Amino acid sequence: MTRCAQPGEFVVTVPTSPRVPQPALKLVGVTKRYGKGPAAVAALDPIDLTVAEGEFVCLVGSSGCGKSTLLSIIAGLDAPSTGSIDSFGRRVALMFQEPALFPWLTAAANVELALKARAVPRGVRRERVARLLATVGLSEFADKRPHQLSGGMRQRVALARALAQDADVLLMDEPFGALDALTRDLLHEELERIVESRGLTVVFVTHNVREAVRLADRVILLGARPGRVAEEFYVPVSRPRQINTADVAELAAHVTARLHEEGNGHRGQ
Amino acid sequence: MLASVWAKVLAVLVVLGAWQLVYLSGWKSSVVFPGPAEVGATLWRQLHDAVLWEAVSTTMGRAIIGFGLSLLIGTLLGGVLSRNKLLRSTFGSLIAGLQTMPAIAWFPFAIIFFGLNTSAILFVIVIGAAPSVALGVIAGTDHIPPLQLRAAKTMGLRRFALYRHVILPASLPTFVSGLRQGWAFAWRSLMAGELVVMVAGTASIGVLLENAQNMSDMPLAISVMIVVLLIGIVVDSVFGAADRQIRRYWGLVDGDLA
Repeated sequence: MTRCAQPGEFVVTVPTSPRVPQPALKLVGVTKRYGKGPAAVAALDPIDLTVAEGEFVCLVGSSGCGKSTLLSIIAGLDAPSTGSIDSFGRRVALMFQEPALFPWLTAAANVELALKARAVPRGVRRERVARLLATVGLSEFADKRPHQLSGGMRQRVALARALAQDADVLLMDEPFGALDALTRDLLHEELERIVESRGLTVVFVTHNVREAVRLADRVILLGARPGRVAEEFYVPVSRPRQINTADVAELAAHVTARLHEEGNGHRGQ
Repeated sequence: MLASVWAKVLAVLVVLGAWQLVYLSGWKSSVVFPGPAEVGATLWRQLHDAVLWEAVSTTMGRAIIGFGLSLLIGTLLGGVLSRNKLLRSTFGSLIAGLQTMPAIAWFPFAIIFFGLNTSAILFVIVIGAAPSVALGVIAGTDHIPPLQLRAAKTMGLRRFALYRHVILPASLPTFVSGLRQGWAFAWRSLMAGELVVMVAGTASIGVLLENAQNMSDMPLAISVMIVVLLIGIVVDSVFGAADRQIRRYWGLVDGDLA
């Protein structure tokens, strides 16, 4: 309760503004068109999206809704037809559905290459690679080549490699899509832990609604052909989460229903 | 592994046995078709004759220089073409076409241009083998999985670093196949060359074969052919071992465990 100062009292005011999360990514009016003229195919209709620092955003949509295209554009591998992407000078790392490891290098060497690419000196590299492999739980497999590792292990190496890029923003394109459910659950836990401890901003693309709700702070539903933001859902479930709890399941069911409506509604057009 | 060695020994014994049977049947006179025993004796004599070894070293010297030149030229050519789409679309099919032409057809050109000397032989070797090497380089860069290239680019690898760390190692298996094929063409061209181009004053395998022909010495001819065959097999098996080793390293060999 505020009151007026009494005679003889000092008034000290401490400015306490609420901490506003800074945007890590800002997309404004991003579109993507293939071809020219009347025969042009619009893959993405104007997309406006702002991702806050430290936020975990999942993009969900059926196949062909342009979510992978959008991710490529954010990563800078593809140029938008119109619109702008601002990553505010942040480094962006990208992870794909396939690990895309280099088969002639060991797990450690694969991770080290990301450091070599940024001219990190040799002594520092060795120690960082060891730490990164420990983070993803693969310390004993440092000398194994990709073909000697299981699918889940390869994706963990790919994750370590992405983290080695020292990016603040992690873009993930259905990275666990090719894995079995058990491995996926384990990787969800690890990802959640790593993202929280490093304060990473994540944009995660998936067609698996359950996975999206389990992982994200915010789930963005993309409509298809052309891709556009159809709806947004905040996920108020506290962390660490489990994939099979009632609140996750409920929200996932709701999002799935909206996803189907979105798909049906579009077909009706 | 021991089983495959015994299998090979068995195969050789079968061939020798069949040879002996045909010889014994008297189908052709023993002058024209000597038995394995006589050829074996001649071969043994040859192996103790300095002339054979001098001939082998001359021929192998040409092979190494010719193949070395093919390797250099082919790799440079392939490297330039794989980077430049325009050059590739214009010269790529020309090189593929060049590969189909039997090297022996180049000899009149080579002899008129270089004269009857070693340069003519080396020219034909290079023209036969370099296209294979170049195509191996191009195919190597073509067959890099695009996702691996994307991953490399997202890591920030560009230009020279991209080549050194990703493109070159990724092309290695296909490149080695190109080398192996190039060697096969080089060896054939060389053998043809040594029979067609009579370089004065040198002993080579071609000269030995030519002598055998002139003297109607069948045991000698077959002995030298056996030497040629053995050399070819040894070198090809070196390439084969390199290819297998690379593929095992990469995990492309099926059923490989740690």
